[in-house]
Amino acid sequence: MYVAGIDMGAKFVKVVIMNDGQVVSKGMAPTGFNLAESVENAYNSALENGGVSKDDIKHITSTGAGKKEVSFRNDEVTEVGAAAKGAISLVPSSRTVIEVGAEEGRALRCDENGRVLDFVINEKCAAGAGAFTEAMARALEIPVTEMGPLSLKSEQETPMNAQCAVFAESEVVSLVHQKTAKQDIARAIHDAIASRISSMVRRLSIEKEVTLVGGLAKNVGFVESLKRDLKMDVNVPEDPDYVGALGAALVAQSKVQGD
Amino acid sequence: MAEEGKYPTEPLKCWGEAKILREKYYEDYKNAHETGGLRWCGGAWSFDAVPYGLGDDVYPLTGEPYGASTAFNKEFSMQCLEATEAAGFARDLCSYMRNYWGSILLNKFTFGGEFPKPDFIWQDHICCSHSKWYQVVSDLEGGVPAYMVDVAVGPFDQMDDNKVQYVVGQLMDGIDWLEKTTGRTYDDNKLIEAVKNEFRLTSTWAKVCELNKTVPAPLDEKTMYSLYVFGVLSKAKKEFADFMDVLYEEVKDRVNRGIAAVPNEHVRVMSDTQPPWGFLKVFRYLEKYGCISIGSLYTFGLTGLWEDKEDGSWGPKTTPMDKGVTINTREQALEEMVKWNLAKPEWQHFYHPQLKSDMMIRIAKEWGLNGIMLHYNRGCEGLSLGIAENRLALQKAGYPVLVFEGNMGDEREFDEAGTMAKMDTFMETLGVIKPR
Repeated sequence: MYVAGIDMGAKFVKVVIMNDGQVVSKGMAPTGFNLAESVENAYNSALENGGVSKDDIKHITSTGAGKKEVSFRNDEVTEVGAAAKGAISLVPSSRTVIEVGAEEGRALRCDENGRVLDFVINEKCAAGAGAFTEAMARALEIPVTEMGPLSLKSEQETPMNAQCAVFAESEVVSLVHQKTAKQDIARAIHDAIASRISSMVRRLSIEKEVTLVGGLAKNVGFVESLKRDLKMDVNVPEDPDYVGALGAALVAQSKVQGD
Repeated sequence: MAEEGKYPTEPLKCWGEAKILREKYYEDYKNAHETGGLRWCGGAWSFDAVPYGLGDDVYPLTGEPYGASTAFNKEFSMQCLEATEAAGFARDLCSYMRNYWGSILLNKFTFGGEFPKPDFIWQDHICCSHSKWYQVVSDLEGGVPAYMVDVAVGPFDQMDDNKVQYVVGQLMDGIDWLEKTTGRTYDDNKLIEAVKNEFRLTSTWAKVCELNKTVPAPLDEKTMYSLYVFGVLSKAKKEFADFMDVLYEEVKDRVNRGIAAVPNEHVRVMSDTQPPWGFLKVFRYLEKYGCISIGSLYTFGLTGLWEDKEDGSWGPKTTPMDKGVTINTREQALEEMVKWNLAKPEWQHFYHPQLKSDMMIRIAKEWGLNGIMLHYNRGCEGLSLGIAENRLALQKAGYPVLVFEGNMGDEREFDEAGTMAKMDTFMETLGVIKPR
């Protein structure tokens, strides 16, 4: 029985289609001004990738900042709940899940069934979100995809404001003017975000193992910075940006199974 | 899943009377001079029984409820906040205070007309903001006479006679000051009656809150904010104490008949201190989940007075009258009133966050709660101090905790959509799903 999970994030809409507990396909589309069109594009992409028709889908669960905009959803699950379900299905030993997307960072503690025990959300601060890396990549005049690999080349710690994206951007400009190497600036940026995220995570009383999901988990520079700051290893599952959609699909599956 | 209509519900019969009493309070203050009466202003925590000794035509305006009512009117509140900022006051000061100062600066009263200038200020210094608040009020109003009482004598479990007499002594001097300032002769009998009213009102409110131990709870937090307020408008006012008796009888009747505040009550939570007043609808939002907030430490412990009962429970504090104490003199009235006020629960956690945690854990246990909400209130440093420690203590005691950021009186610091989303997640963690 086919089900779908749709994660309507601030930057991208991600869709996961499952059949009898197995992931069949995934699809993604940028979140534009026309939200309905964005959802439709991502959904159609996933359907096409899996060779599945809309009529085959028995239940759709949405999540993400725009979850209520998915007009054809059957129900919805919170971002925290979806992240927990998705992460546990991929890394069953996870007890702390950190999700950093374009707009928001959040962390949760959960049990072995993915039941959320406690959570914390970064609010009102862009310095702990993925969109910050995009702004900084623009300031460094490099593609955002190069930020991570570039920062891994750095062997030097460069202190930077970890509290405010606006001030951090001026600091980056100053570092550029001081002829600081780009890889060192890139590392400083990731260290600053990691510091912001880990101070949020520490409010939870971190329990091992820790799994990182969300779009920023694809940034190897940020992952290294986070490991350094937390002083522990961090799991990063394959396609970490789809974990929310996967969690939503798992919720959809449990609904059709009557759990 | 929240169940629809599990319990019967009905509106409070005394709701209309409460509304009339609240409106009359502000009208009386505004119109006091028309009949030769006096106006005074001060904090909700001030020893308001004392000015009643000046006569029956002496009317108070307490600052915190005024600031909260102003916050509820978002458009006017914004004007007040911007006026204080334009006058050079910092944005991170107490937001009740900024709404109040803004009203003076704009010369607009939240309840209509020009802002009524007080004849004197009668305030106590419960936190760093409170005395400074009224020092500025005095300055802004052109030098209104002000009397401030220092009450920083420590938590009630460390109280001794010297500390009590320190406060009583200031009030004795204060009565002399009131006579000189107003030119009126002080009547000790009126003081004694006012003090008794205060004991009655604050103990009865605790009885009302105690009834919320019942499942289903007869009152919800949003409704309680409209009722507890009498204890912060003027806890020594006879009409308010009489109303509290009426309220208690009605709530007791609701309990006897199984009348619920939230008909689909399924999950029980509480909050801690001041809510974001412009967004009380968050409590209604929770009700969609069948979640009732049975009150808060603020509603229970700012108006209510409590004590340990023989069975180990937390119950209404026995009044001196019920203990058989006869109050005959000014000194005796002040001493009993000071001891009573210094035991106020909400007063205690200015001294240490653990005191707040202990009280909240106690409420959570005795009122049968499933979770707790903490408001990281950026509008009140005094009562938010140590709140992160409260979170840890409550979690350690086994209670799921939701924290949300906001400001009791400055809507710019409250993220409505974000808070609702957090509440969705919190309900999900408590195993409740909102019907679509």
